Amino acid sequence: MAKSSTKNTATGPIGTSNTGLIDLYRDMRRIRTFEERVGELFVRGASAGSMLHLSIGEESAAVGVAGLMREGDTFTTHHRGHGIFLARGADPKRMMAEIAGREEGYCHGKGGSMHIADMGLGHLGANAIVGGGIPAVVGAGLASKRDGEGAISVAFFGDGAMQQGILYESMNMAALWDLPVLFVCINNQYGMGTRIEQATKGRHLHERALAFGLAGETVDGRDVRDVQEVAARLIDGARAGQPGFMAVDCYRFFGHARMDKSPYRTEEDETEGRAKDPVSFARDAILDTEEAAESDLKAMDDEIEKEMDATIDFAVQGSEPPLASMFRDVYGPDEPEPEPVRTRIDRILARD
Amino acid sequence: MSEITYRDALKKALFDAMSEDDDVFIIGEEVGRYGGAYGVTKGLYEEFGAARVLDTPISEPAIVGAAVGAAMAGLRPVAELMYVDFIGMTMDQLGNQAAKIRYMFGGQIGVPMVLRTQGGTGRSAGAQHSQSLEAYVMHTPGLRLAMPATVADAYHLLRDAMRQPDPVVFIEHKGLYTMKEDVDFSASVPPWGKAAVRREGDDLVIVTYSRQVHHAMAAAAELAKKGIETTVIDLRTLNPLDMDTVRDHVERVGRVMVVAEEVMTAGVAAELSARIHEECFDFLHEPVIRVAGEDIPISVSVELERNSVPTTEFVREVAERLVADRVHS
Repeated sequence: MAKSSTKNTATGPIGTSNTGLIDLYRDMRRIRTFEERVGELFVRGASAGSMLHLSIGEESAAVGVAGLMREGDTFTTHHRGHGIFLARGADPKRMMAEIAGREEGYCHGKGGSMHIADMGLGHLGANAIVGGGIPAVVGAGLASKRDGEGAISVAFFGDGAMQQGILYESMNMAALWDLPVLFVCINNQYGMGTRIEQATKGRHLHERALAFGLAGETVDGRDVRDVQEVAARLIDGARAGQPGFMAVDCYRFFGHARMDKSPYRTEEDETEGRAKDPVSFARDAILDTEEAAESDLKAMDDEIEKEMDATIDFAVQGSEPPLASMFRDVYGPDEPEPEPVRTRIDRILARD
Repeated sequence: MSEITYRDALKKALFDAMSEDDDVFIIGEEVGRYGGAYGVTKGLYEEFGAARVLDTPISEPAIVGAAVGAAMAGLRPVAELMYVDFIGMTMDQLGNQAAKIRYMFGGQIGVPMVLRTQGGTGRSAGAQHSQSLEAYVMHTPGLRLAMPATVADAYHLLRDAMRQPDPVVFIEHKGLYTMKEDVDFSASVPPWGKAAVRREGDDLVIVTYSRQVHHAMAAAAELAKKGIETTVIDLRTLNPLDMDTVRDHVERVGRVMVVAEEVMTAGVAAELSARIHEECFDFLHEPVIRVAGEDIPISVSVELERNSVPTTEFVREVAERLVADRVHS
């Protein structure tokens, strides 16, 4: 089961083979607009819960790294991983449906925003435990190394996970066994409401990876081309058996989740942080170099708006998962399902 | 038929599975060059090499996490956790990841891994190396749980565990590794998920698993001398749990003890007792009696350790009291 569904990966579009800034801009804009729609879905009361973590401001990390991955590569993400999955070619409609808890979603409404996954695209799962998805890439890396086909496995996580022990256990193993693995820390400066300075004295995050024998770099996330350049170097290394680590500096534009109004930071902080916007930086750069005209970009933005508007319609029109699906997939498909509590009680009370 | 130890039966299961399937590999602390803290994997490193018997640093969470990722990527990892007492270190990877991946991801993929470990008392190993923590596992949907009591089951249950589509926690008993039995490995055993009735009698049912099966059998032999005939049910797996076999015998006999080495409160024995009370209420002549470990940590002192958990004498004594008044039957 597991074997056939992962080794034969990928239908659909995988990432993009970006060469120009316009393509990178489009990919980042799609993420930005998608996540704005996630916010709308919540406001409309159509999302399943409020545990929605937006990566607005962090799009360059997703696009700069994931755009360079290829078919057969695998990855895990964290609770703020919509952008990474989109950058790897996810269908935004099925994503939005999953976020709304609908049957049409990637996980039939059981996973939601924080547990979305798609084996076809090599997405081994988003994770709601900080650092929880990291060691899986060690195992996937072992499998890739054995297969010898040059596939890599990438763990994406936030700066919060930099203080979790599992990261260091995993980096140590990856280095020890020369695994084709990349660790990507998207440093948005906040672990929930705790700013990174309040969480650690050691600010040069990649130096920790160097200490374990990984290749490591930190890059400013403002210019997606810089992110891509560093990612390309580290991904090439990983494919050759030199595991790597990269930290992408960026800024989380909004609160931790939908209910968080960020009372722990000032307006000045936010203004300064949002000035590092990778989407408007790319847009300005395109206009500066006259690679495209304002009207071209406007047309592109409009098209993306339309695409992402449709994701809300798709999600809202989606169906609730059938109640009987509740007991499905706890165990393998040929295994008996757990006995529902009501059935059990009926059985007990029906005795003669 | 050949005489073989529980330890060597486990090794044979690993050897046979690794010989048949290149995707099976072992990962854990001291499993390779050292041969396993209890010697179960001795010789496998020499036979299969470092890539398939993977020695790890002391990093229990990442050992389990790496096994999860490898299983998702199509391999068949058998991870070893040296002592079940370390399971707390791994509970995120085991309980939040391995157990829930199939469900959270809508059935896209399973995590076919085995986590071999060992538990229980008997070596004066102290409070952090002697526990019986199966209830932690049984309390988590998505995890299968096997606890072999016999040499034949050490082999067959481990082979079966490696064929499951879902993660299996496989808890050996440290007190059984040197136990020998004559085993015909070609002889059939109950299928995965079915209990074994080790002895049949009409006066009392003892439902048990792992090493306590042997205490129950020894007690039953003594009880027989006094004319008390005991049914001993070895559950073999706690998830799946074979309540059909338990019910059949409890309904026939009407007196039942659950015997377990774990601490009594909120344990496997408590779950079994609750189920038997609910499902067999009209057939019971007496309340279901739990004979389990004291609700205390395990001491290093041989005397304190031995008396912290059910002994043959204690099982026999309770059994005699339970059947003393047989007027109802």
